[in-house]
Amino acid sequence: MTDAASSAPARAAGFLRRYPVVTLLILLAVLTAGLQVTSLIMYGKPIVNQLWFGNRLNYAIALAMLAACQTITMFTGGIDLSAAVVATIVAFVTATLTPSLGAGPAILVAMLPALAVGLLNGFGIGVCRVHPLIMTLGSGLIATGFLLVYQRTVIATGTEVPAALVWLGTGRTLGLPNVLVVFLPFAAFLIWAQGRWGFGRLLYAVGANENAARLSGVRIWQVHMALYLVAALIAGLTGLVYVGQIRQASLSLALPLLLPAVAATVIGGTSIFGGRGSYAGTIVGAMILAVLVSLLTLLQIPEGARRILFGAVILAVTAVYVRLSDQG
Amino acid sequence: MSRALRRNGWVLGLVVLFLALLAFTKAIQPGFGASGLESLARAALPFAFATAAMAVVVIAGGIDLSVASMMAVASVTAAVLMQGHGAGAPTLPIVLAVLGLGVAMGALNGLLVVLTRVPDIVVTLAMMYVWEGAALLILNAPGGAADPALRAIVLGPVTLPFVPAAWTAWLPKAVVVLAVAVAVVWVPLKRSRLGLSIYAIGSDATAAFRSGVAIGPVKVAAYAVAGLFAAMGGLSVTMGTGIGEPIPGPYLLAAVAAVVLGGVALTGGQGGLLGPIVAVFILRLVRLDLTLMSVDPNVTAIVEGTIMAVVVMAGGLIALRGRRA
Repeated sequence: MTDAASSAPARAAGFLRRYPVVTLLILLAVLTAGLQVTSLIMYGKPIVNQLWFGNRLNYAIALAMLAACQTITMFTGGIDLSAAVVATIVAFVTATLTPSLGAGPAILVAMLPALAVGLLNGFGIGVCRVHPLIMTLGSGLIATGFLLVYQRTVIATGTEVPAALVWLGTGRTLGLPNVLVVFLPFAAFLIWAQGRWGFGRLLYAVGANENAARLSGVRIWQVHMALYLVAALIAGLTGLVYVGQIRQASLSLALPLLLPAVAATVIGGTSIFGGRGSYAGTIVGAMILAVLVSLLTLLQIPEGARRILFGAVILAVTAVYVRLSDQG
Repeated sequence: MSRALRRNGWVLGLVVLFLALLAFTKAIQPGFGASGLESLARAALPFAFATAAMAVVVIAGGIDLSVASMMAVASVTAAVLMQGHGAGAPTLPIVLAVLGLGVAMGALNGLLVVLTRVPDIVVTLAMMYVWEGAALLILNAPGGAADPALRAIVLGPVTLPFVPAAWTAWLPKAVVVLAVAVAVVWVPLKRSRLGLSIYAIGSDATAAFRSGVAIGPVKVAAYAVAGLFAAMGGLSVTMGTGIGEPIPGPYLLAAVAAVVLGGVALTGGQGGLLGPIVAVFILRLVRLDLTLMSVDPNVTAIVEGTIMAVVVMAGGLIALRGRRA
């Protein structure tokens, strides 16, 4: 070991490289502290309290769930840009069918489009070998068309968000959002599955070296098929959770979440090239973005400057992460 | 002959498809003629420039998700600068300034890709936000103005002195503007050392590096050219509508679709600009035909998306078969 490698900054960099989630948590703490200080200076009162926490946690959870689609697809070097459209469709169909069918059957019917988009993505990417970015952009476009046509057929019937989803989306128990009932098992399962379950490890294997995986007997197309199906179902679940939070179905419900979800995944340290990353990082990434949105709202940044800042932060954080993890 | 045919087979197929679609359009709408062609060309102009921008970056092995946002910046900048001027507006300097701005924006994209070592797709995703925000800061809502003399450049058919108007009536000015703009930038570039380097880094960056190509500067240059095309696209939006549009139009997705349909492999290093631009006209014409057949515009979106998906899926299968053989 050379002198340079054992010096304090190099050791710190090495530590951060081994535990990227710790880096992200430090960043999250710094951002939250910055938010608190800004609020104290500008308004003389703190912003970070229990209400704020619950509110931000709700947003972060919706973001983290949509980012789960991006995370698991990025493990294989893919991406799912149709996720937000799928979430919107499931939410919209649920809300429009609930008055006539009741909540349970409406949700089941609403998941069918998610199934269809997942199968289409899986077929295009796994069998036809289309680039995931292009395939999911295209399937999102097709699905949007179907949503608009569907919307014209149901324009007369009212919409209603099932009470259970509203409870899940807006209710609090002991000050904590009820949505944790869904999210904690969801996150725990994903974090367990990515490292311990055979399918989760297959995703890393396919992403790290597809040829090696194929030569080891993995049927790549089946992995993609199952992966994009699961991603679409997760997107549908996100739509159900998010419509409960917003309490109003619309044609663009989850669309503003898509790019932040991709950003959360990338900030969380999942490589867009595949084979590396973790859902734990994504969750912290989603929390960082939730705090960042809060900070921008507090500073009353105009929409234009807000987008510039948002983009710059995504780029800066990713660049720092790339430096930290690729060094040496 | 056969080699040239094989090389340009895809483009040739696209041209044939385009002509077949034109014949089909004429069949379902007998009144379709020079004026229909003219409005088609004018509507396709921003799409064509967006596609050209995307194609250059894709050939260099990258992808630029910020194309539509850069077009918005160029559009509002031009509209704001031209606002408040009468007939004697300094239009030429403004156009040159906007083109320069495009090159600067593109070069910044490229520099960030090279310096941060973050994947292209992530950098340009972030820059998509940045340029979108910049456009909103310059102009909060659609507004501004365009010099009527500038608008006339793309309006109507070509008229030449000493040539009967009937001979040139079928040739829209927009097509000529597009052909001249793309040819002036692309033809010298493709024949230069830089153009060869762009194909080389897109085809195999490591091999290009070992052959002495400076990857960083070439990549920046490719993004700068894309920025230049995006600025032309933004100008064409302002020329077409007479105002500046701060909200990016649907150009990103359409550009990716046209690039794929035009035979530019998304893995880089293959294809040219002619194929993608013909593909733009095909996609626009399909849209026009669906509208002429009075199909619900939303169903049109489904059909457009399906065509795009089928094209890329078929392209993927063909590539797969080629690899196995």
